[in-house]
Amino acid sequence: MERKDWPLWEVFVRSKAGLSHKHSGSLHAPDAEMAISNARDVYTRRNEGVSIWVVESKHIHSTLETDSESMFDPNEDKIYRHPTFYDIPDEVGHM
Amino acid sequence: MEQKEALFNYLLRLADNAAILGHKLSEWCGHGPELEEDIAIINTALDLLGHARSLYTYAGEVEGKGRTEDDLAFLRIEREYKNALITELPNGHYGDTIARQYLFDQFNYLLFTELEKSSDETIAAIAAKAIKEIRYHLRRSIEWTLRLGDGTEESHNRIQESFDNIWAYTGDLFVEDVSDEEIIAAGIGPDLKALQPIWREKVKATLAEATLTIPEDGWMHSGSKEGRHTEHMGHILSELQYMQRAYPGCEW
Repeated sequence: MERKDWPLWEVFVRSKAGLSHKHSGSLHAPDAEMAISNARDVYTRRNEGVSIWVVESKHIHSTLETDSESMFDPNEDKIYRHPTFYDIPDEVGHM
Repeated sequence: MEQKEALFNYLLRLADNAAILGHKLSEWCGHGPELEEDIAIINTALDLLGHARSLYTYAGEVEGKGRTEDDLAFLRIEREYKNALITELPNGHYGDTIARQYLFDQFNYLLFTELEKSSDETIAAIAAKAIKEIRYHLRRSIEWTLRLGDGTEESHNRIQESFDNIWAYTGDLFVEDVSDEEIIAAGIGPDLKALQPIWREKVKATLAEATLTIPEDGWMHSGSKEGRHTEHMGHILSELQYMQRAYPGCEW
């Protein structure tokens, strides 16, 4: 029998209300609904989440490993881009 | 019959359904058709074992002879198990497992929805917790029935055959006896006869959506409420009870 693998999906889980969805991992599923169902069983069975996003992996566009020198290295020595040169008053709390 | 005895019987039936079906599903552990499916089906198995634990514990309290959940789960003989026959059927291929699961989930969902309104507070509380999991089990088994039924020609034919083969075991879910009469009269549990047409309509609608045909109602197996089981039950118990029989009181 011919065996076709199910497509790969990327899973994003929101751990609690107010936080953003974070990538949890990937899984195989025949369609979006089953991908959500599988994600619930694979990635939230220990109470890790309150909301799930799934997207078929082929729809993700990414930077290339070979480009990383030109993409990211130039930012290594530009400390002036970090907002660390002034004091934040205590009353502001977590930013 | 005393109400206490009827309640004990009733609790054993609910607990045995969950324990035996949970045990059957656990046999898929490491053998699921896909990694994700393996995890999902074992989650269901664990949910069912959780329901069984609460129900056995309460059954032991109602009986009042000091039997624990483990005593009830592991140390009875075959005739003392009251699980519905459908729960002890072989896993077969995955379509067989899904068909068995869907038919049971649909029943279990309707039953536990009613048990949430039970006059017995402990049963109502157990049901309120369990129904959330059962609703998910039902959702998954419906999704799989739709995909296999409305999938390829082969998946369609095979799951249709699964439903046809299992159908004769569904009548047993709705058989009522003297314990049920007590339970219904006391407002502890619903009239199964009233649930049956609702169950049938739901099953018919799901199978129709899955391009499958609901099997004809013919002769039905029965006997689970008196502890008369299929030939599969002895094999299940020999494996399920092995540790407690070989090493009495063993804990880990």
